[in-house]
Amino acid sequence: MDTIMNPFSSSTRLRDMIRAIRACKTAAEERAVVRKECASIRASINENDHYYRHRNLAKLMFIQMLGYPTHFGQMECLKLIASSGFPEKRIGYLGLMLLLDERQEVLMLVTNSLKQDLNHTNQYIVGLALCALGNICSAEMARDLAPEVERLLQFRDPNIRKKAALCSIRIIKKVPDLAENFINAAAALLKEKHHGVLITGVQLCTDLCRVSSEALGFFRKKCMDALVKTLKDVVNSPYTPEYDIAGIADPFLHIRLLKLLRVLGQGDADASDAMNDILAQVATKADTNRNAGNAILYECVETIMSIEDNGGLRVLAINILGRFLSNRDNNIRYVALNMLMKAISVDTQAVHRHRATILECVKDSDASIRKRSLELIYLLVNETNVKPLTKELIDYLEVSDLEFKGDLTAKICSMVEKFSPDKIWYIDQMLKVLSEAGNFVKVEVCHALIVIISNAADLHGYTVRALYKAFQASDEQESLTRVAVWCVGEYGDMLVNNAGMLDIEDPVTVTESDAVDLVETAIKRHTSDATTKAMALVALLKLSSRFPSCSERIKEIVVQHKGSFLLELQQRSLEFNSIIEKHTNIRSALVERMPVLDEATFSGRRAGSVSTAVSASPGPSTGASLKVPNGVSKPAAAPLVDLLDLSSDDNPVPSSSGSDFLQDLLGVDLSPAATQSGTQPSKSGTEVLLDLLSIGSPVQQSSSPVADIFSSNIATKAPASPLHGLTSLATQPVLAASPPAASTKAASPIIDLLDGLAPVPSIPEKNGPAYPSVVAFESSSLRITFDFSKPPGNPQSTVIQATFTNLSSNNYTDFIFQAAVPKFLQLHLDPASGNTLPAGANSNLTQTLRVTNSQHGKKSLVMRIRISYKASGKDVLEEGQISHFPRDL
Amino acid sequence: MIRFILLQNRQGKTRLAKYYVPLEDSEKHKVEYEVHRLVVNRDPKFTNFVEFRTHKVIYRRYAGLFFSLCVDITDNELAYLECIHLFVEILDHFFSNVCELDLVFNFHKVYLILDEFILAGEIQETSKRAIIERLGELEKLD
Repeated sequence: MDTIMNPFSSSTRLRDMIRAIRACKTAAEERAVVRKECASIRASINENDHYYRHRNLAKLMFIQMLGYPTHFGQMECLKLIASSGFPEKRIGYLGLMLLLDERQEVLMLVTNSLKQDLNHTNQYIVGLALCALGNICSAEMARDLAPEVERLLQFRDPNIRKKAALCSIRIIKKVPDLAENFINAAAALLKEKHHGVLITGVQLCTDLCRVSSEALGFFRKKCMDALVKTLKDVVNSPYTPEYDIAGIADPFLHIRLLKLLRVLGQGDADASDAMNDILAQVATKADTNRNAGNAILYECVETIMSIEDNGGLRVLAINILGRFLSNRDNNIRYVALNMLMKAISVDTQAVHRHRATILECVKDSDASIRKRSLELIYLLVNETNVKPLTKELIDYLEVSDLEFKGDLTAKICSMVEKFSPDKIWYIDQMLKVLSEAGNFVKVEVCHALIVIISNAADLHGYTVRALYKAFQASDEQESLTRVAVWCVGEYGDMLVNNAGMLDIEDPVTVTESDAVDLVETAIKRHTSDATTKAMALVALLKLSSRFPSCSERIKEIVVQHKGSFLLELQQRSLEFNSIIEKHTNIRSALVERMPVLDEATFSGRRAGSVSTAVSASPGPSTGASLKVPNGVSKPAAAPLVDLLDLSSDDNPVPSSSGSDFLQDLLGVDLSPAATQSGTQPSKSGTEVLLDLLSIGSPVQQSSSPVADIFSSNIATKAPASPLHGLTSLATQPVLAASPPAASTKAASPIIDLLDGLAPVPSIPEKNGPAYPSVVAFESSSLRITFDFSKPPGNPQSTVIQATFTNLSSNNYTDFIFQAAVPKFLQLHLDPASGNTLPAGANSNLTQTLRVTNSQHGKKSLVMRIRISYKASGKDVLEEGQISHFPRDL
Repeated sequence: MIRFILLQNRQGKTRLAKYYVPLEDSEKHKVEYEVHRLVVNRDPKFTNFVEFRTHKVIYRRYAGLFFSLCVDITDNELAYLECIHLFVEILDHFFSNVCELDLVFNFHKVYLILDEFILAGEIQETSKRAIIERLGELEKLD
């Protein structure tokens, strides 16, 4: 051959370039060599130098393999393909396959060359074209060239036939519509004796069955016997050195045939029946000492599992898997695990027998085996075995590899959640997981745990104590910290006073300051992220009310974050500080326990965004009966309890001048209204805050009329639940909810605006039909009786006279009664007759409530109430729902 | 089906990369990097299979070279392991005692051999002798 024509033998040869690149000591040197080489190749391309074209392209392929861009060589491929000689075409097609793929437009240009080469007289050139087509064919090319390929399936040379068969696979995958054209030719290939052609033919048939049901039917009908016979021949063939691998004749062909039989037998009893004997023969005859033999056995087992049921064969298959599982070769164990996953749907009991072995595999040092077996174990979990399995896995969690912990944790959490027999077990297991691998626990899992804890009222004390202990033992786990902080915030009092002690527990002695220590550790730890710190801040606020003695210390901790770089923390720190400092009278109401989180809502929402499990507000307690509408979530995924946002955006009163930072912060200032009404001195921030938080204000004898007015005002707007309020308040302007004129005769516009600003005389109008009195609320310490009357001419309104009776032996001071009603009702609270309620049944307090029922006649009254007072120096809070009002009110 | 075949040395230098599914160049480099990282530190006693994204990589180490096949998750792992070995035997036969340098300097021939062994992601010929004979014929044409 001419030296100029030979691509690899002239002056700057490919070999020299590779040497030069290999000689480079640094990456920079290599880049320089490649750059130089690319420049000269580009120059050569520009000169249209066809002598060095294939050598240049060969160099480019090497450069491409090193990871440098080589797109400028694409057109050279096409030129080489269009040239006449085999060496040029060979490099051209090779370049085509390496430098281009089916998505490039340039490829369109090559279709014509391919067509010519597929019809070339030189069979080696036909082979090159088929090879290129098989590797990079696009849908358009498939359509254009399918007839050529179809014809080549009958070419005299087997080398071309087998290439054409594999090319056809690519074509029918790209354009499934073309499948029917290939069915007959493919069936003919199954009769071939040449192994290469036969194996490609079998493969083509398998793929045809996948894309075309017509092909599937055809092969089932016409080829079953022939295929079974072919497999029999291969299985029983004498030693053939040409195809021998480890003493087995052509394992690849075995496997391909078994695979096609599987496709044909699946869902067809007759076809399955026809192959039973040969499958049994393959399964018993395979040599299990060699990888090749095991490969055949493995394929055979898979076919047995997939085809229509034959009990005997399946027992055989499961036994083979059992043997595989105890094999010392990891590869064999891996495939056994893989296959057992499929076997579960066929015979769960049989797989369960191997549970102990599979569990051992979870602890294997090989990640691939661990992963497979963990998935398998997960499928095997049920109610009866969840406890031992979980124990095993959690024990293993302790010693497992770091990179495996994520998977393992996720699976444990998932199975605990799915199959836990009771809540205490669930909580116990989750605490173990959190302590062991809290950093790997997903945030949704933590939220689910919190929801569960919140719903397990009798376990609150137990949980918070267990968490406290767990946190002392391992405080480096983020998720554990979060859950612990949340629970201490909610149930801190139970931690200290050991409330709700279970028999199984060891008592712990935790002081209030210990509990605060825990939260302080969490908030000060460097590894804590913003969410954890935010949760800790809220917990601190809550503890400041639960533990008045630690209030000062908590304040100091909170204040430290007022300089935080995180806006959220900074803002909360300032707000909470203000609450602790200035608003002790409302603090306890503000930070009382979260309402029980609704499990159904949570699980519905869980699929989606960040759960609001921790961002629900600690507003007035709402029972579980009030369902939060699905999909209600905070617009901003602020991790923090959005205490003060509750109603900041739905107050229509425009902001004017802010005297109090809180007012400013919240964008409201009601003082102009107050001054205009000329009633009393301007209010402190308390009322505004109260108003905004819609938690009701103290109705005290000593408080100013303005405060009273606000209290009634609040009652009107107090939403049924804080979450509810999130959605409903925006559409229901707070202050515009003006009651019918009946109760506000002398109302000026502003008074109107403020909804009953004028002190309403507490003389109940004695009119309308008589209603029986009801005992609205009764606890061991307090009774409330309601007397009803209707003002004349206004059936929607009801005047309720509430009478409070102290049933204990202590005097109550700072007595406050609050009420909230659903949206269809409007409520006014008049000032109570006093704020101290002496002991004894003969001294009462009374308070008048005015309710307007906009759905009069359709819905009856319903009300949520809360009473707070001080009894012998301790804050007491009582709550209740009243739904047994007389009808027609 | 085979999605790609990689030959890499222990340092992660790619000696052969054949893709049967279209991938962007940047994606190819990422895949090569990731597969190398997956296989290079595995203990010889471990399985020859690692899960890779939604597929499976079947690899085998010969001296300093890793032969990795990425196949569908449902494919027969043991068969592809055997397939790698057959390919190595063919290379060994063709280059008579193959070493990494043979593959570096004759990379285009390695592709030629591979194209006679695997096409469109499927095995084309299982007879070592048939492939060697065919390669001999092609050599004569060059």
